[in-house]
Amino acid sequence: MISLKKAKMGLLMLSILAVLSACTSNSNDKQTSDGSSATVSISGSTSVGPLAEKLAAKYTEEENTNIEINQIGSSAGITNAISGVSEIGMSSRDLKEEERANGLNEVVIAYDGIVVVTHPSNKVKDLTMEQIKQIFTGEVTNWNELGGDDLEIVVVSREDGSGSRDAFQEIVEYSSGELIRNSIIASGNGNIKTTVANNKHAVGFISFEYIDDSISTIDINGVEATAENVLQEKYSLARPFLFVYKEGQLTDAGQRFIDFILSEDGQLIAAEAGAIPVK
Amino acid sequence: MSIPTTNKQAVEIGKANKRKYMLERVSQRVFLFCALLSVITLLLIIGFVFYKGAHPFVAEGYSFIDFIFGSDWVPSEDKFGIFPMIVASIYATVGALIIGVPIGLFTAIFLAEIASERLAKIISPAVQLLAGIPSVLYGVFGLAIIVPFLQDTFGLVKGQSLIAVILVLAIMMLPTIVTVAETAIRAVPQTYREGSLALGVSQIGTIFKVVVPAAKSGIMTAIVLGLGRAIGETMAVILVAGNSLIVPTSLTDSVRPLTTNIALEMGYAFGTHQEMLFATGIVLFSFILILNFVLAKISAKGGN
Repeated sequence: MISLKKAKMGLLMLSILAVLSACTSNSNDKQTSDGSSATVSISGSTSVGPLAEKLAAKYTEEENTNIEINQIGSSAGITNAISGVSEIGMSSRDLKEEERANGLNEVVIAYDGIVVVTHPSNKVKDLTMEQIKQIFTGEVTNWNELGGDDLEIVVVSREDGSGSRDAFQEIVEYSSGELIRNSIIASGNGNIKTTVANNKHAVGFISFEYIDDSISTIDINGVEATAENVLQEKYSLARPFLFVYKEGQLTDAGQRFIDFILSEDGQLIAAEAGAIPVK
Repeated sequence: MSIPTTNKQAVEIGKANKRKYMLERVSQRVFLFCALLSVITLLLIIGFVFYKGAHPFVAEGYSFIDFIFGSDWVPSEDKFGIFPMIVASIYATVGALIIGVPIGLFTAIFLAEIASERLAKIISPAVQLLAGIPSVLYGVFGLAIIVPFLQDTFGLVKGQSLIAVILVLAIMMLPTIVTVAETAIRAVPQTYREGSLALGVSQIGTIFKVVVPAAKSGIMTAIVLGLGRAIGETMAVILVAGNSLIVPTSLTDSVRPLTTNIALEMGYAFGTHQEMLFATGIVLFSFILILNFVLAKISAKGGN
Protein backbone atom coordinates (compact mmCIF):
# COMPACT_ATOMS: atom_id res chain seq x y z
CA MET A 1 0.00 0.00 0.00
CA ILE A 2 2.84 2.30 0.86
CA SER A 3 4.39 1.55 -2.51
CA LEU A 4 1.11 2.40 -4.19
CA LYS A 5 1.13 5.77 -2.51
CA LYS A 6 4.73 6.28 -3.46
CA ALA A 7 4.00 5.37 -7.03
CA LYS A 8 1.17 7.87 -7.12
CA MET A 9 3.31 10.56 -5.56
CA GLY A 10 6.00 9.78 -8.06
CA LEU A 11 3.53 10.05 -10.89
CA LEU A 12 2.37 13.44 -9.62
CA MET A 13 5.92 14.72 -9.25
CA LEU A 14 6.78 13.46 -12.71
CA SER A 15 3.82 15.22 -14.24
CA ILE A 16 4.71 18.44 -12.42
CA LEU A 17 8.30 18.13 -13.60
CA ALA A 18 7.12 17.52 -17.13
CA VAL A 19 4.96 20.64 -17.04
CA LEU A 20 7.76 22.72 -15.54
CA SER A 21 10.34 21.54 -18.03
CA ALA A 22 7.90 22.16 -20.86
CA CYS A 23 7.61 25.73 -19.61
CA THR A 24 11.32 26.36 -19.38
CA SER A 25 12.55 24.75 -22.57
CA ASN A 26 12.52 27.32 -25.31
CA SER A 27 11.51 27.04 -28.90
CA ASN A 28 15.09 26.71 -30.10
CA ASP A 29 15.28 23.13 -28.86
CA LYS A 30 13.04 21.66 -31.45
CA GLN A 31 14.83 23.37 -34.27
CA THR A 32 18.35 22.20 -33.46
CA SER A 33 17.44 18.52 -33.62
CA ASP A 34 17.54 18.41 -37.40
CA GLY A 35 21.19 18.71 -38.29
CA SER A 36 20.87 18.32 -42.05
CA SER A 37 19.34 21.74 -42.75
CA ALA A 38 20.99 25.14 -42.74
CA THR A 39 20.88 27.25 -39.58
CA VAL A 40 20.48 31.03 -39.46
CA SER A 41 21.38 32.56 -36.11
CA ILE A 42 19.76 35.89 -35.31
CA SER A 43 20.10 37.94 -32.15
CA GLY A 44 19.21 41.42 -30.96
CA SER A 45 16.32 43.73 -30.12
CA THR A 46 13.54 42.52 -27.87
CA SER A 47 11.16 44.76 -29.85
CA VAL A 48 12.02 43.19 -33.21
CA GLY A 49 12.28 39.73 -31.67
CA PRO A 50 8.55 38.89 -31.42
CA LEU A 51 8.04 39.94 -35.05
CA ALA A 52 11.09 37.94 -36.15
CA GLU A 53 9.77 34.90 -34.25
CA LYS A 54 6.44 35.16 -36.09
CA LEU A 55 8.17 35.49 -39.44
CA ALA A 56 10.52 32.59 -38.67
CA ALA A 57 7.63 30.36 -37.58
CA LYS A 58 5.86 30.97 -40.89
CA TYR A 59 9.06 30.65 -42.93
CA THR A 60 10.22 27.36 -41.37
CA GLU A 61 6.84 25.81 -42.09
CA GLU A 62 7.80 25.71 -45.76
CA GLU A 63 11.58 25.86 -45.85
CA ASN A 64 14.03 23.35 -44.43
CA THR A 65 15.93 25.97 -42.44
CA ASN A 66 16.58 26.39 -38.74
CA ILE A 67 16.23 29.92 -37.48
CA GLU A 68 17.56 30.58 -34.00
CA ILE A 69 16.43 33.86 -32.47
CA ASN A 70 17.90 35.27 -29.28
CA GLN A 71 16.34 38.45 -27.88
CA ILE A 72 19.20 40.16 -26.11
CA GLY A 73 18.77 43.84 -26.97
CA SER A 74 19.71 45.96 -30.00
CA SER A 75 23.26 46.85 -28.97
CA ALA A 76 24.21 43.28 -28.09
CA GLY A 77 22.69 42.05 -31.36
CA ILE A 78 24.66 44.55 -33.41
CA THR A 79 27.86 43.59 -31.56
CA ASN A 80 27.15 39.93 -32.33
CA ALA A 81 26.65 40.70 -36.01
CA ILE A 82 29.98 42.56 -36.11
CA SER A 83 31.91 39.85 -34.27
CA GLY A 84 30.28 37.06 -36.27
CA VAL A 85 28.67 35.34 -33.29
CA SER A 86 25.32 35.79 -35.02
CA GLU A 87 24.77 35.87 -38.74
CA ILE A 88 22.14 38.60 -38.46
CA GLY A 89 21.62 41.22 -35.78
CA MET A 90 18.23 42.79 -34.99
CA SER A 91 18.04 46.46 -34.08
CA SER A 92 15.12 48.72 -33.21
CA ARG A 93 17.24 51.87 -33.57
CA ASP A 94 19.38 53.39 -36.30
CA LEU A 95 23.00 52.31 -36.39
CA LYS A 96 25.57 54.55 -34.75
CA GLU A 97 28.50 55.90 -36.77
CA GLU A 98 31.09 53.58 -35.20
CA GLU A 99 28.83 50.56 -35.75
CA ARG A 100 28.37 51.44 -39.40
CA ALA A 101 32.13 51.86 -39.74
CA ASN A 102 32.53 48.11 -39.16
CA GLY A 103 31.07 47.37 -42.57
CA LEU A 104 27.54 46.46 -41.54
CA ASN A 105 24.75 46.29 -44.08
CA GLU A 106 21.27 47.14 -42.92
CA VAL A 107 17.83 46.15 -44.18
CA VAL A 108 14.69 47.84 -42.87
CA ILE A 109 12.15 45.03 -42.43
CA ALA A 110 9.35 47.20 -41.00
CA TYR A 111 8.64 50.37 -39.03
CA ASP A 112 7.17 50.84 -35.58
CA GLY A 113 4.95 53.91 -35.21
CA ILE A 114 3.65 55.48 -32.00
CA VAL A 115 1.14 58.28 -31.67
CA VAL A 116 0.48 60.65 -28.78
CA VAL A 117 -3.25 60.81 -28.02
CA THR A 118 -5.52 63.11 -26.01
CA HIS A 119 -9.21 63.51 -25.23
CA PRO A 120 -11.17 64.62 -28.35
CA SER A 121 -12.13 67.90 -26.62
CA ASN A 122 -8.48 68.87 -26.16
CA LYS A 123 -7.55 71.88 -28.32
CA VAL A 124 -3.86 70.96 -28.43
CA LYS A 125 -3.33 69.15 -31.73
CA ASP A 126 0.34 69.75 -32.47
CA LEU A 127 3.45 69.39 -30.31
CA THR A 128 7.20 69.33 -30.70
CA MET A 129 9.29 66.43 -29.45
CA GLU A 130 10.67 68.71 -26.71
CA GLN A 131 7.16 69.56 -25.51
CA ILE A 132 6.23 65.87 -25.37
CA LYS A 133 9.30 65.23 -23.26
CA GLN A 134 8.33 68.11 -20.95
CA ILE A 135 4.84 66.65 -20.54
CA PHE A 136 6.00 63.14 -19.70
CA THR A 137 8.76 64.28 -17.35
CA GLY A 138 6.45 66.66 -15.51
CA GLU A 139 8.08 69.96 -16.52
CA VAL A 140 4.82 71.11 -18.09
CA THR A 141 1.78 70.29 -15.97
CA ASN A 142 -1.03 72.37 -17.48
CA TRP A 143 -2.49 72.31 -20.98
CA ASN A 144 -2.64 76.14 -21.05
CA GLU A 145 1.18 76.20 -21.24
CA LEU A 146 0.81 74.41 -24.58
CA GLY A 147 -2.00 76.56 -25.96
CA GLY A 148 -4.89 74.53 -24.58
CA ASP A 149 -7.51 75.07 -21.89
CA ASP A 150 -6.63 75.67 -18.25
CA LEU A 151 -6.60 71.97 -17.32
CA GLU A 152 -4.07 69.98 -15.37
CA ILE A 153 -2.26 67.36 -17.46
CA VAL A 154 -2.74 63.72 -16.50
CA VAL A 155 -0.01 61.55 -18.01
CA VAL A 156 -0.89 57.96 -18.92
CA SER A 157 1.97 55.56 -19.60
CA ARG A 158 2.53 51.85 -20.18
CA GLU A 159 4.14 49.64 -17.54
CA ASP A 160 7.90 49.31 -17.15
CA GLY A 161 9.22 46.62 -19.48
CA SER A 162 6.64 47.19 -22.22
CA GLY A 163 8.20 47.40 -25.67
CA SER A 164 6.02 50.36 -26.69
CA ARG A 165 7.08 52.26 -23.58
CA ASP A 166 10.74 51.51 -24.25
CA ALA A 167 10.37 52.69 -27.83
CA PHE A 168 8.53 55.85 -26.86
CA GLN A 169 11.06 56.75 -24.18
CA GLU A 170 13.95 56.00 -26.51
CA ILE A 171 12.64 58.29 -29.24
CA VAL A 172 11.42 61.11 -26.97
CA GLU A 173 14.65 60.70 -24.98
CA TYR A 174 13.67 60.39 -21.36
CA SER A 175 14.26 57.51 -18.96
CA SER A 176 11.84 55.52 -16.79
CA GLY A 177 13.24 57.33 -13.74
CA GLU A 178 12.34 60.70 -15.27
CA LEU A 179 8.71 59.79 -15.97
CA ILE A 180 6.42 61.94 -13.83
CA ARG A 181 5.65 59.94 -10.70
CA ASN A 182 1.91 60.42 -10.47
CA SER A 183 1.30 59.22 -14.00
CA ILE A 184 -1.41 56.60 -14.44
CA ILE A 185 0.07 53.28 -15.50
CA ALA A 186 -2.20 51.28 -17.77
CA SER A 187 -1.49 47.79 -19.08
CA GLY A 188 -1.96 47.59 -22.81
CA ASN A 189 -2.81 49.92 -25.68
CA GLY A 190 -6.55 49.43 -25.28
CA ASN A 191 -6.45 50.36 -21.62
CA ILE A 192 -4.55 53.57 -22.38
CA LYS A 193 -7.05 54.45 -25.08
CA THR A 194 -10.03 53.92 -22.76
CA THR A 195 -8.41 55.96 -20.00
CA VAL A 196 -7.59 58.85 -22.32
CA ALA A 197 -10.97 58.72 -24.04
CA ASN A 198 -12.74 59.15 -20.68
CA ASN A 199 -10.58 61.91 -19.20
CA LYS A 200 -10.25 65.39 -20.73
CA HIS A 201 -7.03 65.96 -18.77
CA ALA A 202 -5.25 62.88 -20.07
CA VAL A 203 -2.45 62.32 -22.55
CA GLY A 204 -1.02 58.93 -23.52
CA PHE A 205 0.68 57.06 -26.34
CA ILE A 206 -0.51 54.07 -28.37
CA SER A 207 0.45 52.10 -31.47
CA PHE A 208 -0.89 53.27 -34.82
CA GLU A 209 -3.28 50.34 -35.18
CA TYR A 210 -5.30 51.50 -32.14
CA ILE A 211 -6.18 54.94 -33.54
CA ASP A 212 -9.94 55.63 -33.77
CA ASP A 213 -12.49 58.38 -33.20
CA SER A 214 -12.64 58.05 -29.41
CA ILE A 215 -9.32 59.85 -29.03
CA SER A 216 -7.58 62.77 -30.72
CA THR A 217 -4.13 62.27 -32.23
CA ILE A 218 -1.28 64.75 -31.88
CA ASP A 219 0.83 65.85 -34.85
CA ILE A 220 4.57 66.13 -34.30
CA ASN A 221 5.99 69.39 -35.72
CA GLY A 222 2.89 69.60 -37.94
CA VAL A 223 3.34 66.12 -39.37
CA GLU A 224 0.36 63.82 -39.01
CA ALA A 225 0.77 60.31 -37.64
CA THR A 226 0.22 58.19 -40.74
CA ALA A 227 2.02 55.18 -42.16
CA GLU A 228 2.95 57.19 -45.29
CA ASN A 229 4.63 59.89 -43.23
CA VAL A 230 6.58 57.24 -41.34
CA LEU A 231 7.75 55.61 -44.59
CA GLN A 232 8.83 59.01 -45.95
CA GLU A 233 10.67 59.58 -42.66
CA LYS A 234 8.74 62.79 -41.97
CA TYR A 235 6.99 61.59 -38.82
CA SER A 236 9.65 61.27 -36.15
CA LEU A 237 7.82 59.30 -33.42
CA ALA A 238 8.69 56.08 -35.23
CA ARG A 239 11.66 53.79 -35.47
CA PRO A 240 12.91 51.28 -38.00
CA PHE A 241 13.12 47.55 -37.34
CA LEU A 242 16.50 46.63 -38.81
CA PHE A 243 18.24 43.41 -39.76
CA VAL A 244 22.00 44.07 -39.87
CA TYR A 245 24.71 41.76 -41.17
CA LYS A 246 28.36 41.99 -42.05
CA GLU A 247 29.29 42.14 -45.71
CA GLY A 248 30.13 38.64 -46.98
CA GLN A 249 28.92 36.88 -43.85
CA LEU A 250 25.34 36.39 -44.98
CA THR A 251 24.65 32.80 -46.08
CA ASP A 252 22.23 31.84 -48.83
CA ALA A 253 19.76 30.67 -46.19
CA GLY A 254 19.99 34.03 -44.42
CA GLN A 255 19.50 35.91 -47.69
CA ARG A 256 16.45 33.80 -48.53
CA PHE A 257 14.92 34.56 -45.09
CA ILE A 258 15.41 38.30 -45.64
CA ASP A 259 13.90 37.99 -49.12
CA PHE A 260 10.91 36.22 -47.58
CA ILE A 261 10.44 39.01 -45.00
CA LEU A 262 10.48 41.65 -47.73
CA SER A 263 8.06 39.63 -49.89
CA GLU A 264 4.34 40.33 -49.91
CA ASP A 265 3.65 37.43 -47.52
CA GLY A 266 6.32 38.52 -45.08
CA GLN A 267 5.14 42.12 -45.02
CA LEU A 268 1.58 40.95 -44.46
CA ILE A 269 2.77 39.11 -41.33
CA ALA A 270 4.56 42.28 -40.20
CA ALA A 271 1.35 44.28 -40.64
CA GLU A 272 -0.61 41.67 -38.69
CA ALA A 273 1.94 41.90 -35.90
CA GLY A 274 1.23 45.61 -35.60
CA ALA A 275 4.25 46.99 -37.46
CA ILE A 276 4.17 49.29 -40.49
CA PRO A 277 5.18 47.36 -43.63
CA VAL A 278 7.96 48.91 -45.71
CA LYS A 279 6.06 48.26 -48.94
CA MET B 1 -17.87 -34.70 2.49
CA SER B 2 -19.26 -31.93 4.58
CA ILE B 3 -15.86 -30.69 5.76
CA PRO B 4 -14.53 -29.71 2.32
CA THR B 5 -17.78 -27.90 1.63
CA THR B 6 -17.43 -25.76 4.77
CA ASN B 7 -13.82 -25.19 3.88
CA LYS B 8 -14.88 -24.10 0.47
CA GLN B 9 -17.44 -21.74 1.97
CA ALA B 10 -14.89 -20.37 4.38
CA VAL B 11 -12.49 -19.75 1.50
CA GLU B 12 -15.24 -18.05 -0.45
CA ILE B 13 -16.09 -15.78 2.50
CA GLY B 14 -12.40 -15.15 3.12
CA LYS B 15 -11.95 -14.12 -0.51
CA ALA B 16 -14.95 -11.81 -0.35
CA ASN B 17 -13.65 -10.27 2.86
CA LYS B 18 -10.20 -9.78 1.36
CA ARG B 19 -11.69 -8.03 -1.62
CA LYS B 20 -13.77 -5.85 0.67
CA TYR B 21 -10.80 -4.84 2.80
CA MET B 22 -8.70 -4.30 -0.30
CA LEU B 23 -11.32 -1.93 -1.69
CA GLU B 24 -11.50 -0.24 1.69
CA ARG B 25 -7.76 0.36 1.80
CA VAL B 26 -7.55 1.51 -1.81
CA SER B 27 -10.31 4.05 -1.33
CA GLN B 28 -8.63 5.28 1.86
CA ARG B 29 -5.45 5.89 -0.10
CA VAL B 30 -7.32 7.68 -2.85
CA PHE B 31 -8.92 10.02 -0.31
CA LEU B 32 -5.58 10.56 1.40
CA PHE B 33 -4.01 11.41 -1.93
CA CYS B 34 -6.75 13.95 -2.69
CA ALA B 35 -6.29 15.49 0.74
CA LEU B 36 -2.53 15.67 0.24
CA LEU B 37 -2.93 17.31 -3.14
CA SER B 38 -3.81 20.71 -1.67
CA VAL B 39 -0.99 20.47 0.85
CA ILE B 40 1.46 19.62 -1.93
CA THR B 41 0.16 22.48 -4.05
CA LEU B 42 0.57 24.88 -1.14
CA LEU B 43 4.13 23.72 -0.53
CA LEU B 44 4.97 23.98 -4.22
CA ILE B 45 3.61 27.52 -4.43
CA ILE B 46 5.39 28.66 -1.26
CA GLY B 47 8.60 26.96 -2.34
CA PHE B 48 8.48 28.44 -5.82
CA VAL B 49 7.62 31.99 -4.74
CA PHE B 50 10.23 32.03 -1.98
CA TYR B 51 12.90 30.40 -4.14
CA LYS B 52 12.41 32.96 -6.92
CA GLY B 53 11.76 35.90 -4.61
CA ALA B 54 14.68 35.33 -2.25
CA HIS B 55 17.21 34.88 -5.07
CA PRO B 56 18.06 38.58 -5.64
CA PHE B 57 18.72 39.11 -1.93
CA VAL B 58 20.68 35.92 -1.40
CA ALA B 59 22.65 35.64 -4.64
CA GLU B 60 22.66 39.08 -6.22
CA GLY B 61 23.41 41.26 -3.22
CA TYR B 62 20.26 43.37 -3.15
CA SER B 63 19.31 44.72 0.27
CA PHE B 64 15.98 43.54 1.62
CA ILE B 65 15.68 46.69 3.76
CA ASP B 66 16.06 48.87 0.64
CA PHE B 67 13.45 46.70 -1.05
CA ILE B 68 10.89 47.21 1.72
CA PHE B 69 11.59 50.87 2.49
CA GLY B 70 12.82 52.11 -0.89
CA SER B 71 10.43 54.53 -2.56
CA ASP B 72 11.76 54.16 -6.13
CA TRP B 73 10.50 51.38 -8.37
CA VAL B 74 12.26 51.72 -11.72
CA PRO B 75 13.06 48.18 -12.90
CA SER B 76 14.84 49.35 -16.04
CA GLU B 77 17.24 51.35 -13.87
CA ASP B 78 17.68 48.56 -11.36
CA LYS B 79 15.76 50.34 -8.61
CA PHE B 80 13.38 48.13 -6.65
CA GLY B 81 11.59 49.75 -3.72
CA ILE B 82 8.05 48.73 -2.81
CA PHE B 83 7.35 51.11 0.07
CA PRO B 84 4.70 53.10 -1.87
CA MET B 85 2.93 49.85 -2.71
CA ILE B 86 2.94 48.57 0.87
CA VAL B 87 1.46 51.89 2.01
CA ALA B 88 -1.09 51.79 -0.80
CA SER B 89 -2.15 48.23 0.08
CA ILE B 90 -2.58 49.11 3.77
CA TYR B 91 -4.46 52.37 3.08
CA ALA B 92 -6.77 50.71 0.57
CA THR B 93 -7.55 47.80 2.89
CA VAL B 94 -8.10 49.95 5.98
CA GLY B 95 -10.24 52.38 3.98
CA ALA B 96 -12.36 49.53 2.64
CA LEU B 97 -12.81 48.24 6.18
CA ILE B 98 -13.98 51.65 7.43
CA ILE B 99 -16.70 51.71 4.78
CA GLY B 100 -17.41 48.00 4.40
CA VAL B 101 -17.57 46.84 8.04
CA PRO B 102 -20.42 49.09 9.27
CA ILE B 103 -22.48 48.46 6.15
CA GLY B 104 -21.81 44.73 6.25
CA LEU B 105 -22.46 44.47 9.97
CA PHE B 106 -25.69 46.46 9.81
CA THR B 107 -26.86 44.32 6.89
CA ALA B 108 -26.13 41.17 8.88
CA ILE B 109 -27.99 42.53 11.92
CA PHE B 110 -30.91 43.54 9.75
CA LEU B 111 -31.12 40.11 8.11
CA ALA B 112 -30.78 38.15 11.34
CA GLU B 113 -32.74 40.29 13.79
CA ILE B 114 -35.00 42.82 12.15
CA ALA B 115 -36.06 41.82 8.65
CA SER B 116 -39.18 39.76 8.10
CA GLU B 117 -38.50 36.28 6.79
CA ARG B 118 -39.85 37.19 3.37
CA LEU B 119 -37.59 40.21 3.04
CA ALA B 120 -34.56 38.27 4.31
CA LYS B 121 -35.25 35.62 1.67
CA ILE B 122 -34.87 38.29 -1.03
CA ILE B 123 -31.87 40.14 0.38
CA SER B 124 -29.81 37.15 1.51
CA PRO B 125 -29.48 35.49 -1.92
CA ALA B 126 -28.75 38.89 -3.46
CA VAL B 127 -25.82 39.40 -1.09
CA GLN B 128 -24.55 35.90 -1.78
CA LEU B 129 -24.82 36.45 -5.51
CA LEU B 130 -22.60 39.51 -5.05
CA ALA B 131 -19.88 37.13 -3.86
CA GLY B 132 -20.12 35.12 -7.05
CA ILE B 133 -19.50 37.97 -9.46
CA PRO B 134 -16.04 37.62 -11.06
CA SER B 135 -13.70 40.26 -9.67
CA VAL B 136 -12.79 41.64 -13.09
CA LEU B 137 -16.44 42.66 -13.49
CA TYR B 138 -16.15 44.71 -10.31
CA GLY B 139 -13.16 46.37 -11.95
CA VAL B 140 -15.06 47.10 -15.13
CA PHE B 141 -17.95 48.45 -13.05
CA GLY B 142 -15.49 50.62 -11.13
CA LEU B 143 -13.85 51.89 -14.31
CA ALA B 144 -17.12 52.58 -16.11
CA ILE B 145 -19.21 53.95 -13.20
CA ILE B 146 -17.16 54.87 -10.12
CA VAL B 147 -14.18 56.46 -11.87
CA PRO B 148 -16.21 58.82 -14.12
CA PHE B 149 -18.57 59.51 -11.18
CA LEU B 150 -15.66 60.65 -9.00
CA GLN B 151 -14.24 62.69 -11.87
CA ASP B 152 -17.50 64.51 -12.61
CA THR B 153 -18.90 64.91 -9.10
CA PHE B 154 -15.79 66.06 -7.30
CA GLY B 155 -14.03 67.65 -10.29
CA LEU B 156 -10.99 65.38 -9.90
CA VAL B 157 -8.33 65.46 -12.62
CA LYS B 158 -8.40 61.67 -12.61
CA GLY B 159 -10.93 59.25 -11.15
CA GLN B 160 -8.37 56.43 -10.86
CA SER B 161 -7.57 56.96 -7.21
CA LEU B 162 -7.26 55.54 -3.73
CA ILE B 163 -10.90 56.36 -3.00
CA ALA B 164 -12.03 54.46 -6.12
CA VAL B 165 -10.06 51.41 -4.93
CA ILE B 166 -11.56 51.73 -1.45
CA LEU B 167 -15.11 51.90 -2.81
CA VAL B 168 -14.67 48.86 -5.05
CA LEU B 169 -13.01 46.83 -2.29
CA ALA B 170 -15.70 47.83 0.23
CA ILE B 171 -18.38 46.47 -2.11
CA MET B 172 -16.37 43.31 -2.73
CA MET B 173 -15.86 42.51 0.94
CA LEU B 174 -19.57 42.97 1.78
CA PRO B 175 -20.77 39.42 0.99
CA THR B 176 -18.01 37.85 3.10
CA ILE B 177 -18.75 40.08 6.09
CA VAL B 178 -22.53 39.80 5.80
CA THR B 179 -22.64 36.01 5.43
CA VAL B 180 -20.22 35.19 8.24
CA ALA B 181 -21.55 37.85 10.63
CA GLU B 182 -25.16 36.83 9.99
CA THR B 183 -24.38 33.21 10.84
CA ALA B 184 -22.66 34.32 14.05
CA ILE B 185 -25.58 36.52 15.09
CA ARG B 186 -28.13 33.79 14.36
CA ALA B 187 -26.10 31.41 16.53
CA VAL B 188 -26.64 33.57 19.63
CA PRO B 189 -29.11 31.62 21.88
CA GLN B 190 -32.67 32.93 21.84
CA THR B 191 -32.70 33.03 25.68
CA TYR B 192 -30.22 35.96 25.62
CA ARG B 193 -32.68 38.06 23.64
CA GLU B 194 -35.66 36.98 25.73
CA GLY B 195 -33.86 37.81 28.96
CA SER B 196 -32.86 41.25 27.72
CA LEU B 197 -36.32 42.06 26.36
CA ALA B 198 -37.93 40.82 29.57
CA LEU B 199 -35.85 43.35 31.49
CA GLY B 200 -37.44 46.07 29.42
CA VAL B 201 -34.52 46.78 27.04
CA SER B 202 -35.56 47.94 23.57
CA GLN B 203 -34.92 45.76 20.53
CA ILE B 204 -32.02 47.96 19.30
CA GLY B 205 -30.61 48.02 22.81
CA THR B 206 -30.79 44.25 22.95
CA ILE B 207 -29.03 43.93 19.61
CA PHE B 208 -26.11 46.19 20.48
CA LYS B 209 -25.75 45.42 24.19
CA VAL B 210 -26.45 41.69 24.17
CA VAL B 211 -26.54 39.99 20.77
CA VAL B 212 -23.55 41.68 19.06
CA PRO B 213 -21.22 41.27 22.08
CA ALA B 214 -22.24 37.62 22.28
CA ALA B 215 -21.43 37.13 18.59
CA LYS B 216 -18.18 39.11 18.86
CA SER B 217 -15.73 36.42 17.83
CA GLY B 218 -17.81 35.44 14.81
CA ILE B 219 -18.04 39.07 13.76
CA MET B 220 -14.27 39.51 14.16
CA THR B 221 -13.77 36.45 11.95
CA ALA B 222 -16.04 38.05 9.37
CA ILE B 223 -13.95 41.22 9.42
CA VAL B 224 -10.63 39.40 9.09
CA LEU B 225 -11.95 37.31 6.20
CA GLY B 226 -13.15 40.48 4.50
CA LEU B 227 -9.73 41.98 5.09
CA GLY B 228 -8.10 39.00 3.40
CA ARG B 229 -10.38 39.42 0.40
CA ALA B 230 -9.48 43.11 0.15
CA ILE B 231 -5.72 42.81 0.46
CA GLY B 232 -5.44 40.01 -2.09
CA GLU B 233 -7.76 41.49 -4.69
CA THR B 234 -6.01 42.22 -7.98
CA MET B 235 -8.08 42.34 -11.14
CA ALA B 236 -10.68 44.79 -9.90
CA VAL B 237 -8.05 47.04 -8.37
CA ILE B 238 -5.74 47.15 -11.38
CA LEU B 239 -8.43 48.89 -13.43
CA VAL B 240 -9.36 51.63 -10.95
CA ALA B 241 -6.11 52.26 -9.03
CA GLY B 242 -4.20 54.23 -11.67
CA ASN B 243 -1.08 52.32 -10.61
CA SER B 244 1.08 55.41 -9.99
CA LEU B 245 4.30 54.90 -8.10
CA ILE B 246 3.78 57.42 -5.33
CA VAL B 247 3.21 57.21 -1.61
CA PRO B 248 -0.42 58.39 -1.44
CA THR B 249 -0.98 61.54 0.59
CA SER B 250 -4.64 62.04 -0.22
CA LEU B 251 -7.66 59.96 -1.15
CA THR B 252 -7.53 61.35 -4.68
CA ASP B 253 -3.96 60.19 -5.43
CA SER B 254 -3.70 57.23 -7.76
CA VAL B 255 -1.98 54.29 -6.12
CA ARG B 256 -0.37 50.94 -6.88
CA PRO B 257 -1.08 48.20 -4.33
CA LEU B 258 1.24 45.15 -4.09
CA THR B 259 -1.04 42.83 -6.05
CA THR B 260 -1.38 45.06 -9.08
CA ASN B 261 2.38 45.60 -9.23
CA ILE B 262 2.81 41.87 -9.77
CA ALA B 263 -0.03 41.49 -12.25
CA LEU B 264 0.88 44.63 -14.18
CA GLU B 265 4.53 43.85 -14.83
CA MET B 266 4.82 40.07 -14.79
CA GLY B 267 3.98 39.89 -18.49
CA TYR B 268 7.11 41.70 -19.59
CA ALA B 269 9.45 41.06 -16.68
CA PHE B 270 12.49 38.82 -16.86
CA GLY B 271 15.64 38.26 -14.80
CA THR B 272 15.98 40.33 -11.64
CA HIS B 273 12.83 42.32 -12.41
CA GLN B 274 10.79 39.11 -12.42
CA GLU B 275 12.42 37.86 -9.23
CA MET B 276 11.63 41.17 -7.55
CA LEU B 277 7.97 40.67 -8.48
CA PHE B 278 8.13 37.29 -6.75
CA ALA B 279 9.69 39.08 -3.78
CA THR B 280 6.67 41.42 -3.84
CA GLY B 281 4.62 38.23 -3.67
CA ILE B 282 6.52 37.17 -0.54
CA VAL B 283 5.59 40.44 1.17
CA LEU B 284 1.96 39.96 0.16
CA PHE B 285 2.12 36.38 1.36
CA SER B 286 3.45 37.55 4.74
CA PHE B 287 0.46 39.87 5.10
CA ILE B 288 -1.93 36.97 4.42
CA LEU B 289 -0.03 34.73 6.87
CA ILE B 290 -0.31 37.37 9.61
CA LEU B 291 -4.03 37.70 8.88
CA ASN B 292 -4.52 33.94 9.13
CA PHE B 293 -2.59 33.90 12.39
CA VAL B 294 -4.88 36.60 13.78
CA LEU B 295 -7.88 34.66 12.53
CA ALA B 296 -6.68 31.48 14.28
CA LYS B 297 -6.21 33.46 17.51
CA ILE B 298 -9.74 34.85 17.28
CA SER B 299 -11.26 31.42 16.62
CA ALA B 300 -9.34 29.95 19.57
CA LYS B 301 -10.64 32.73 21.81
CA GLY B 302 -14.19 32.20 20.55
CA GLY B 303 -13.87 28.50 21.41
CA ASN B 304 -13.14 29.35 25.03
